[in-house]
Amino acid sequence: MAEQATVEEVSEAMFKMIRDSMGQKKWKATDLTKAVTELFGERCDKTLAKSAIRELIESGKCVYTYFGGSFIEIPHKEGAEN
Amino acid sequence: MAGKKRKTPQLDQLEKGAWPSFVKEIKTSAEKNPMADDLLGQLERSYEDRIGHWKHGGIVGVLGYGGGVIGRYSDLPEEFPNVSHFHTLRINQPAGWFYTSDVLRKLCDIWEKHGSGLTNMHGSTGDLVFLGTRTEELEPIFQELTELGFDLGGSGSDVRTPSCCCGKARCEWACYDTMALTYFLTMHYQDELHRPAFPYKWKFKMSGCPNDCVASIARSDMSIIGTWRDDIQVDKAAVAEYAKSGMNIQRDVVDNCPAKCMAWDGKEIKIDNKSCVKCMHCINVMPKALAPGKDRGACILIGSKAPIIEGALLSSVLIPFIKLEPPYTELIELVDRIHEVWSENGKNRERIGEFIQRVGMGNFLEAIGVEPIPEMVAHPRENPYVFYEEFFEEESDGSDEQAPK
Repeated sequence: MAEQATVEEVSEAMFKMIRDSMGQKKWKATDLTKAVTELFGERCDKTLAKSAIRELIESGKCVYTYFGGSFIEIPHKEGAEN
Repeated sequence: MAGKKRKTPQLDQLEKGAWPSFVKEIKTSAEKNPMADDLLGQLERSYEDRIGHWKHGGIVGVLGYGGGVIGRYSDLPEEFPNVSHFHTLRINQPAGWFYTSDVLRKLCDIWEKHGSGLTNMHGSTGDLVFLGTRTEELEPIFQELTELGFDLGGSGSDVRTPSCCCGKARCEWACYDTMALTYFLTMHYQDELHRPAFPYKWKFKMSGCPNDCVASIARSDMSIIGTWRDDIQVDKAAVAEYAKSGMNIQRDVVDNCPAKCMAWDGKEIKIDNKSCVKCMHCINVMPKALAPGKDRGACILIGSKAPIIEGALLSSVLIPFIKLEPPYTELIELVDRIHEVWSENGKNRERIGEFIQRVGMGNFLEAIGVEPIPEMVAHPRENPYVFYEEFFEEESDGSDEQAPK
């Protein structure tokens, strides 16, 4: 059995997905979980993906946003504040 | 501007009439709070222009949380600078809404220091709602709230703050401890409450008896309603007392029973408990004489929602009876199975009730591992073009039947 990926590895992969698709796709937590479990295969399960999302948010690299549903995005200036 | 009398002829109309008016309360706050004063001005403008002047924000919050703050901005910030930011905070309320007056004062002190001073006790989610603050005040408010022992509630695609009736704290009809379960669910689902991970919102509402004082059957994804499975408790002497005091038991109790399971002979009330649908009517009318049975628990229903414009759904029975006692293992296992299936297959902004409608109750039950039972059927099927061939035995021509002996 393959060795489990680390939280840092998974959160970094998630961050890259979010950054590379900014402006084109908004990621929900479930989308990210599905994407990393596919990417890492046996090395990543849902619990690890959950920890990686928490790491992303608590490190401040990403934030939860709400636009008709909750998404995970790179922090940016609130459009409505203008 | 605060302290000066702002002219609000449109809003003044809302102070007329017999009911308490939110305008009166905002005016009182406006005397010392500039935010409340600008709120009056913007509201008056909204009535004049016949359009709301709020913009929705989607990013503001406190570090680490994905819920609890609802961003609002004015689209007239030059005219009403004190409400250019006017974010709402949802504060997780104590189960059953019990506070001490000391805590209420401290909560209000925090809010007057950092926000408009205006509250909503309580919002439709059940939370204590703080109305109107600026982005830079969010972290300081959060810090002071946590020091007081409070936390933010849910918003967005997460578990919303669980809420309940006062249950056993003040009601003898409570069939399970709603406040204990609400506290347990709040603590157990902390991660899901603060870190949105579902297709859309998920609401738990707990009612202690079928009176359903929190209307959980109409506005929660999982309604947990107290019920009993033995006989209604009858105090014959108290029934006689009601009759003696002039109550028309035949008209007011027996004839109003929806299941027609009661009879009154002028001396004694008889109940066919097997036919009782637990509507609570008789118990509500004669509370001193009748009470729910002793074998108490809850019925779990799923799938309601009460949106403002369209698409309201009522809950459907999922588990007709469950004993709800700590550590609530059976309930948690069920909820986790539902969350897993819904998270895996639900569309964005699809509530569990809509998900069940889309995939079909049969498929949903199979996915969560619950056997279908008659209690889940709301009414007989209406579509005559639905066939169940796989359940029919092949029609026999009689040749393989044994002759009668």
